[in-house]
Formats: sequence, structure tokens, C-alpha cells
Amino acid sequence: MAEIQLPESTTRRPRMAVEIAGLKLKNPVMPASGTFGYGEEYAPYLDLNQLGAIVTKGLSLNPKAGNNTPRICETVSGMLNAIGLQNVGVDAFVRHKMPFLEQINAPVIVNFFGNTQEEYAEVAARLDDVPGVAGLEMNISCPNVKHGGIVFGTDCDAAHEVVSLVRKRTSKPLIVKLTPNVTDIRVTARAVEDAGADAISLINTLTGMAVDVKTRKPRLANTIGGLSGPAIRPVAVRLVHQVVQEVSVPVIGIGGIARAMDALEFLIVGATAVQVGTANFVDPNAMATVIDGLEEFCQDEGIEDINDLIGTLEG
Amino acid sequence: MKNYKTIILSNQEIAPHYYRMRILAPDYHKMASPGQFIMFRVQRALPPLLRRPFGIFRIGCLPADCDGMPAKEYIEIIYKVVGSGTEIMQELHEGDRIELLGPLGRGFELGDPAEEKILVGGGIGLVPLFMLAEELVKSSRVRLLMGGRTREDIIAVTEFERLGVETYVSTEDGSLGEAGLVTQVLERKLMKYPQAAVFACGPMPMIDAVQKICAEHKTPLQVSLEALMACGVGACLGCVVKGAGHSDAEPRYLCTCKHGPVFRAEQLDWTRLDETESECGGCK
Repeated sequence: MAEIQLPESTTRRPRMAVEIAGLKLKNPVMPASGTFGYGEEYAPYLDLNQLGAIVTKGLSLNPKAGNNTPRICETVSGMLNAIGLQNVGVDAFVRHKMPFLEQINAPVIVNFFGNTQEEYAEVAARLDDVPGVAGLEMNISCPNVKHGGIVFGTDCDAAHEVVSLVRKRTSKPLIVKLTPNVTDIRVTARAVEDAGADAISLINTLTGMAVDVKTRKPRLANTIGGLSGPAIRPVAVRLVHQVVQEVSVPVIGIGGIARAMDALEFLIVGATAVQVGTANFVDPNAMATVIDGLEEFCQDEGIEDINDLIGTLEG
Repeated sequence: MKNYKTIILSNQEIAPHYYRMRILAPDYHKMASPGQFIMFRVQRALPPLLRRPFGIFRIGCLPADCDGMPAKEYIEIIYKVVGSGTEIMQELHEGDRIELLGPLGRGFELGDPAEEKILVGGGIGLVPLFMLAEELVKSSRVRLLMGGRTREDIIAVTEFERLGVETYVSTEDGSLGEAGLVTQVLERKLMKYPQAAVFACGPMPMIDAVQKICAEHKTPLQVSLEALMACGVGACLGCVVKGAGHSDAEPRYLCTCKHGPVFRAEQLDWTRLDETESECGGCK
């Protein structure tokens, strides 16, 4: 879409830069892992240099096939997905995907996951000396295959252990991404902060299910999937609100953000930055729209620095 | 490929549940090739949340008129109303604003002009074959085998005939043309024209049967697949199909949106395509 040229304003442009775990972002907007591929998929539609950061698709130690199809299904104001974390594996990523990402003038945050503690630690270690990787985002919403498949992020002891282990193997800024599918997210947030997380991002998708009433089959081949999109935003805002009060590390808000107004909710409750996910599928230009909208909001409200807005929830 | 806001020029019902929509689409003449598709954003409000993919039926141009209106380049899509997205689409009118992302994906390879070209269309699967036929008739003999459940599923055949395409219609209930499956017609044609190349688009069971027949006759085949998609650009990995040589140890998934929607038969793993059928109205 053509950029609209505005006349030079007499008022000063608001400062949009934020800092997370030592990473300097030119603005607080980045893609959510898994909705932006490895960046190159969206390069024809969006200037990647304008993003606060780039977050890659989640990587595992070895390439991962993913689930059978159907993998996606639309729901009311949202979608379910059970892609199954299909990815090229960490080594192929470094060889084939990093060269493109390194040219982008935005910090590259590499999302990764594992099915055992050792796998997490090994992926983190392999990324540790890769130039161009600015930081890591650790997805702990995966089942621990050595312990009956219980999801790391739903057991605060398991979460603490695996984050501690990864912490020892990486010197990069470490963001831990939380699952919302827990009874009390504050417990997990405290556990991962204590284990050495430099920042926390939330929420990952909410687990959900949909049924085709004619065939009486689940709409996803995997039966259960992760719900994302505008439908989950109020849940995400609530969880971010709870977590920021519990931890002192910066928080990245995720969940149903499609417009600047949505992002602002997260910033006001205390998120330092936000990730845009499903909205990228709907509009490849969504993040640019959010960034422009945030700047416009600050200008209209007379906010000189977007940091002055963070955590200003009243009442 | 581009993403832009544009307007609808017309949206008409051409048969029960089937609609033809013309969308103002500058530059598609230069950008699009037969077999490519678009992602259509039905409206800015919700629902539906996701864009819907549609094969391009035709690219055309309304000439400049004497009142000073410039020439208008447009694309035409034909869709069947099957779900929440297409239900909203059928209510759209001339002048309504929509968003268009495309042209996307890889289209058909035209192949050797000396070959006989046989197009096999099942219902709404006919759509991407028209632009292909327009190209193929320039240098080859082209036949269309068109199948549907009933006569209402036989659409736009006269337009193919106007291009000089020989058309053969079959319906499962015998309400129009030959009674039976389009694949029966294909078998006969391949006996008669062994030096043919086949291009197919339609429901997955039809595609599967066409593949088996072409494999038996050692006939080159290209198929255009349909799939549920979220992004259309290869990021969500929702629309994957298993490629030739796929195994759990060495996954070879191909994105319908990016590596397809048109595949040469030998690119795909036909033992595993069975689970991919989806219900969509002319979408890719």
C-alpha cells in the first residue's frame, strides 16, 4: 500500500523507542512467532526495517514435520491452529534463513522450543554464538516427553528447571513465552523470572477445539489446537495485567492485536512491547498500521515518549 | 504481487449458489499468470477474520469511454456460496470496497504446444482453467472435460466454447451431458489421444482419480489444489500438502499457497493426499 506523505509537522514526533532486556527497539511492535515465517515471506508487502524487532518461527534441534491437515480453522473472531511447530531446524535456520535476516535493520529474536530439557539447552547453545541473533524467545508451551507429556509451562517446577538450564547455556537476552493454559499465571511468571528470564512474553494461544457438525469430526486433524485472534484479546490483557504486577522484568504483550488501539491496551496495563500475530495473516501490512497508529495516538494525546504511557493504568 | 484496496465492479448470481464477481484490479495483466490466485478480504469489520483465497477466472479490461472514464483493468472470480465468508460475499455490490492481495502462488506450465491439451474441471474447480485455456488455445488443440454432481454445477462452459475449446460435459445424476463421472470421459480421451497433457482442478477425490488414470497412461499431469489458508504467502503453514518422498523422518511439506496451488503430479505424495479435502467454494 502506498505510504501517505504528510507535511512536516511543527510538533516534535514522539519518541517510540523502547528497551527490553538490553535490546533497543525503535518501536514496541514485533511479530508473534509462527505468524511471520522467517521474515522473508512478508518482505514483498512490508518494509521489515520499520519493525521494532523480528521474531522468527519457532525452531527445534532437528527439523520438525508438523501435524496432518487440516491444520487451521476459522472461529468467531479468531482461528484455531495445530500446525505442529513445523520448522527447518536450528542448523538449517542459521545456514539458510539468517543471511536474509541479518540484512534487516531490526533486532532478530529467535524463537525456539524443545521436547526435553536437553533439547532446549542444546538449541539455545547452538544459537549463542550466531552473529545477528539479538535475543532468544523460549516457547515453554511444549510437552516434556520424558515426563508423561506434561507441558513445561504448566508446571512451575518444570518451567523453572528448564529455564535455569537454558540460562546457563546462553549469554543472549532470554525472553520466556508463557502459556495461558494454567490456573494462576503469576506462579509461572515468578518461576521463570527467578530462573533467569530477562523478559516475559505472553500469551501463547489458548487451547481450543471446533467440531464439524455434519461429519461429526474435529475441524483440526490434531483435534485440539491453539486459539488466536481478536477473540482472545481480553483474556490476554488480563493476564498481562496480572503478570506485570508480579515480576520486575519487562513484559511483552501478545494476543489479538490488530490495530494501535489494541496494542495500547497492553502498553497501558504495563507491557513494554507487543507482538502482532494472527493479524499478519489478515493484513500483511498490519504491523505498519499499528506502528503508525501508536505514533499518531501519542501525538494526539501529547505524549512525547511512548515509555510515558507504559503501565499508566488508572484506578 | 501487491496488496491494495479496490472496488467491486459487479457481483452476479450465474447459477444457484454460484456467483461471478468482477473486481477492479490494476496491473494484473502484467502480474498474473494462469493458475494463480488472490486473497480476498471480504470486509474490514469482522467476521470473517481471515481472507479467502480464490482462483482467477479471467483478466479483462473495460475500455475507456467517451465521457473521459479511463480504461479499467479487472479480474473475474467465480465462487460458490458454501460458508460464512462466501455468504457475506454474495451480498456485496458494485462500488463496495474490498482488499485484494495477489496474484499469489505458482500457476500452470504451458508445456509443449504440439501436445493435445486436456483440461479436467470438477464443479467450481473449473475456475483457474479458463485463463489457462485462453493461453493454450493460441498454439494447441484444447479439450475441456467438465464434470459436476448435477447440471447446476456446470458453469461457464459456453465461454470455453467461444475460445474454440471442445467441451464434454458429464454429470453424476445425468441431468446434463453424459451421466457419470468426468474421469470416465478422461479415460476414453486418453485412449484416443495418447500424446496429451492433462490439467486438472476440482474436488480431491476427482484429482486423486485423475492422477491414477494419468499415471497409468504415463500422461503428464498438472493439478491445481484447494486448501484452507490463513495467510496465502507461505507463513502460516496451514495449507501444506505432502511432497514426493515425504516421510515422518524426512518431512517434505509443500505450501499450497506458495509452492502451488499448481503442482506437477510428480511433485506430490499421492499416497497421503487423501486427508486434505476441504469444503470451500472455489477457493484454492
